[in-house]
Amino acid sequence: MMPYLNAFLFGGFLCAVAQLLIDFTKMTPARILVLYVTTGVVLTFLGLYNPLVELFGAGATVPLTGFGNALANGVIKGIGEKGLLGVISGGLTACAAGISAAIFFGYLFALLFSSKEK
Amino acid sequence: MKNFSKKEYQRIVSQHEKSPWVKNLIWAFTVGGLICVLGQFILTTAKDMGLSKEDAGCVTSMTLIFLSGLFTGLGLFDRLAKRAGAGTIVPITGFANAIVSPAMEFKNEGFILGVGAKMFVIAGPVIVYGISSSIICGLIYYLLKGGAPL
Repeated sequence: MMPYLNAFLFGGFLCAVAQLLIDFTKMTPARILVLYVTTGVVLTFLGLYNPLVELFGAGATVPLTGFGNALANGVIKGIGEKGLLGVISGGLTACAAGISAAIFFGYLFALLFSSKEK
Repeated sequence: MKNFSKKEYQRIVSQHEKSPWVKNLIWAFTVGGLICVLGQFILTTAKDMGLSKEDAGCVTSMTLIFLSGLFTGLGLFDRLAKRAGAGTIVPITGFANAIVSPAMEFKNEGFILGVGAKMFVIAGPVIVYGISSSIICGLIYYLLKGGAPL
């Protein structure tokens, strides 16, 4: 049960912080998402985020900081394999499945459903 | 039952309206946490089926994206999001919702500039800043490492 509790607590914590930002700084959701992705990238390069992933599992990978973490890990891996070329190619290589799925499923569901009239 | 004067009643109501942040916080924490628990369940299941750590992570993202896209289409996501706020926005579910929701809404503007373009109103900036920051940090990392193999 521990992995589930850890995921709940850390995932919940990241969402709670974002909620405080929304309520007290009037940041829009789009700004929060951008902030979270870039924070994930920077923390990963500083070597701080992967230990969090080890500890909290999906609690650290499912929030958008985890998307930044995947991009950054991809770049680091790319650099190890291809050097300078990997700086450019590594990020999207690692996130290809997630981004392609989001675009394709997003398109599919937008075709299948229509927004309800208010 | 206690009788409130009109003034007192308004004071209490406005107090609650002014600071719903505790309620918002609890909702965001709980729903966000539960979405991550669902993610953990998918991740564990995928690993048990013999997938590598990276592949299991991909399967988790894809499943959550699929589900939140479906629930957005059915109109259930927005009902939950109204209460859960950041609890549904911050997990990858919010990213998928941000793609499907405007794509559906702008369908009447056509399939190219309506659906095709509006999908990226929020997802676009996320990808732009995510990739750009990873390249900038990657370049610094590469140079600090002495710029080894080219």
